[in-house]
Amino acid sequence: MSVIELKNIVKRYGDGYPAINDVSLDIAEGEFVILVGPSGSGKSTLLRMIVGLEDITDGELRIDKELINDAAPRERNLAMVFQNYALYPHLSVAENIAFPLMLTKGQYSKAEIDERVNRAATLLELGDHLDRKPANLSGGQRQRVAMGRAIVRDANAFLFDEPLSNLDAKLRIQMRTEISRMQRNLAVTTVYVTHDQTEAMTLGDKVAVLKKGVLQQYASPQELYDEPVNLFVGGFIGSPPMNFLPVENVDGALHSPFGTFSLPEARSAKLREAPRYLVAGIRPEDFHDAAALDEAKRASGALLTAEVDVTEWLGNEVYAYLPFEAAPEIRKALEELDRDLDGEGTRTQVVAALDPSTAVAEGDEVQLWFDPAKVMVFDPETGENLTRDPENAQRLAEASEAARRRALDRAREQQQRA
Amino acid sequence: MSTRLSNRAKGEMKLGWLLSAPAVIILLAVTGYPILQAVYYSFFNYRLTDPDNRFVNWGHNYLVILTDPLWWQTIWVTLLLTVVTVAVELVLGFALALVMLNALKSVRPWVRTAILIPYGIITVVAAFSWKYAFDLGTGFVGTWLSMPGFDWFGDFWSSFLVICAAEIWKTTPFISLLLLSGLAQIPGDMLEAATVDGATWWQRMSKVIIPNMKAAIMVALLFRTLDAFRVFDSVFVMTAGAQDTATVSFLTYNQSIGQLQLGMGSALSVLLFLSVALICLIFIKIFKVDLAQARGE
Amino acid sequence: MSGRRHTIWWIVISLVVAVYALFPVLWIVSLSLKSAGDVANRKFWPTTVDWSNYELIFTGAAKDLFLPALVNSIGICLIATLIAVVLATLTAYAVARLDFPGKKFILTMALAVSIFPVISLVTPLFRIWSAIGLYDTWVGLIIPYLSLTLPISIWTLAAFFRQIPWELEQAAQVDGATSFQAFRKVIVPLAAPGVFTTAIIAFFIAWNDFVYGISLTSTSAARPVPAALSFFTGASQFEEPAGAISAAAIVVTVPIIIIVLLFQRQIVSGLTSGAVKG
Repeated sequence: MSVIELKNIVKRYGDGYPAINDVSLDIAEGEFVILVGPSGSGKSTLLRMIVGLEDITDGELRIDKELINDAAPRERNLAMVFQNYALYPHLSVAENIAFPLMLTKGQYSKAEIDERVNRAATLLELGDHLDRKPANLSGGQRQRVAMGRAIVRDANAFLFDEPLSNLDAKLRIQMRTEISRMQRNLAVTTVYVTHDQTEAMTLGDKVAVLKKGVLQQYASPQELYDEPVNLFVGGFIGSPPMNFLPVENVDGALHSPFGTFSLPEARSAKLREAPRYLVAGIRPEDFHDAAALDEAKRASGALLTAEVDVTEWLGNEVYAYLPFEAAPEIRKALEELDRDLDGEGTRTQVVAALDPSTAVAEGDEVQLWFDPAKVMVFDPETGENLTRDPENAQRLAEASEAARRRALDRAREQQQRA
Repeated sequence: MSTRLSNRAKGEMKLGWLLSAPAVIILLAVTGYPILQAVYYSFFNYRLTDPDNRFVNWGHNYLVILTDPLWWQTIWVTLLLTVVTVAVELVLGFALALVMLNALKSVRPWVRTAILIPYGIITVVAAFSWKYAFDLGTGFVGTWLSMPGFDWFGDFWSSFLVICAAEIWKTTPFISLLLLSGLAQIPGDMLEAATVDGATWWQRMSKVIIPNMKAAIMVALLFRTLDAFRVFDSVFVMTAGAQDTATVSFLTYNQSIGQLQLGMGSALSVLLFLSVALICLIFIKIFKVDLAQARGE
Repeated sequence: MSGRRHTIWWIVISLVVAVYALFPVLWIVSLSLKSAGDVANRKFWPTTVDWSNYELIFTGAAKDLFLPALVNSIGICLIATLIAVVLATLTAYAVARLDFPGKKFILTMALAVSIFPVISLVTPLFRIWSAIGLYDTWVGLIIPYLSLTLPISIWTLAAFFRQIPWELEQAAQVDGATSFQAFRKVIVPLAAPGVFTTAIIAFFIAWNDFVYGISLTSTSAARPVPAALSFFTGASQFEEPAGAISAAAIVVTVPIIIIVLLFQRQIVSGLTSGAVKG
């Protein structure tokens, strides 16, 4: 169980363009850290730099305080699960799992290797398949073998490179839970790369959001959700993604295509010096059908009026899509943001996740209610979240760290008892 | 930092050439050097048995060859042989490829094994087999066709026919394997889509399968054409050039090794080399054969 | 009903293909088993099975012609194959795995050599070999055989090597392997089948050679079997060369058939993945 520190890490390829630009991360003992970002964000490159498969152009990489920038992969004692599993096709399942132990030249006796392989196989429910070759395994079984190869040794840390991306949806959720449980039980420092924000949110103690090689925010999932530092993080975290509504800022009143609203005094401090055209971020789940609310509730929030284009009924909620025309002053910023988030078109619609009891139908005009205190406002030029509350962020960080420590202590206790 | 990257690239280049050097040197030594020698001696009057009478006669050898009807006769025979065998092989090879692709699973390996036997067999052995099958002294073909007195090797067309048959038998398997790999790469759902769109078997073949196999067909065609143009073994064994069946390769061999006319033989070697290069050029320029692409890179 | 007819139809087609492929081989077998009196009977089958042709080439009058040729063929082809595969493995590794200028040149050159007319090389090689004493020697055949076997070996192996999942080498390094361990324990086992298949194809090509064999040798010191076969005809010790030639032909065809039977799958994959010529 090790501490991993990245300090001002830079990766530059032949053309001089930095694939990773000045990234610093502290990864604590036993912590589960997610590197997340859209394609081209450099998340896999960063992971491969940690494990030693890519050279570090500049900066410092330390494991347990020791500088290991130039150490060979084998000297770092890190275990990695590759995206395509990288199983050795000529070796059986047992031999694949035993492979790292075999390479240590006599550090483990034959009996000890067998025992460890069996223990890993039992943990991963691979006991019946030990003699089979990888070609004869299902996707989920291959995934387990790859994990077996990682847990069989006493590695300083586990590294995962998009390990679930080749599995179908159902298996992905199952394996996600298993990885989470295993990491908790073993309490091993873990760095996990994914492009899927759901995986990031569900698995990580902390999530590092990357965009084009630059670290955007490194925080707990809840802090990312409640207090994103910028447009990119706000748009990347959450599903369905946060709605971005173009607004015109006139003396603190925000004019959107669907109506005008204003923020509570406490959150609008920065809006006074802000530019005229801004982006308001409202999460789909923060919208409610005003028709279903009583008068008092309606008065306590803000209302927007729009025509419903398409509805999608999901059982536990209804998605209503409301298209709008973005003002030319803001359209470019919205388009660019959408491209950064791996989107294709421009985000000129709002999605509201409504209660399934709503009577809203396609073609209806609907009144949407929301709490203005939950609205975030961003500067379209810099992307900065003008409504971010640093004190709340601090509270969330402390709470998450405390929860993590408790879980870690429990796991250690259990390990000692076993 | 950039120097470090270029050092790495330099190291890779060094290693690459170090590993490749032995093969590259051997290939250059066994082809480049001899062909230069051939060009050099093609300008000499040079007979190995009469080395004192060696002198530069400039283009005289080429003049003699290109004005000799025998040269044009061998060119004509070689081209005819090439066109006939390659055309038949392409059709037959395509049929064989279809059989290999569609045969019942249980017999498929056996079909493939059978087809590989002509490919693996020595050309000279194949030539002897076909020769003895038709030969007036030993052949059963005359008996079977009820024409016992007919000498197959007694005139040009029948000799030519037997040579073609032997060549086609021996080399069709190779062409069919190349076509098979092209066939196998056509996605099944594309054919299903064509079926749903209402295409008949023949329309699927001509409108979907063949256009999508163009690269594989062209490569098979190029290699077989070049191979057929160099035909030597079968002619040597079956007729030894009798009945005007000599090919360019056979003529060259006869001049240099048979009669030890090294000057003349070298000139013929150069002309043969240029002919092959010309065919290659025609394929690449006119038919736009992209070898790298066809090899699946 | 139609499924059944379909099955019968395909069995018939497969049989036709098998007959096509095997008929000339069967004919040569039949011819080799004919007695001296039978050879000229112009029938497909021998009246009685007679082994005298095989006796002739192994112990009889033709043994001095055939046995040395067999030894030459086996020795020269095996050595040429070995050298070609070793050198091609190095080159193909470089081409498939490393990024360096000149890669394309190497592949293009190999391709150019493989379409080179062999006869064009024979005339100058004949002169050079005579001058430096390589004429009618094993080395004098092994070197030109490399011009036949090296190009196709390079192409075939490069195609095989491109398919190797090289990230396994990195996985092994993360698992704690040194570069050498990663190569020996992971890459070698994965590359071995491709190398083996290439060796078979290269051997077939060397085994098939006739032009070099007949042009660059003059005695049994180096003359390989295909070249020796045509000398049976000129030998005056026995009456009918057809039977003896057929027997000798069968002897050199049997190894081919065995290899094809054992490794047909590998040969097909080798020929279709990177083959340049047969």
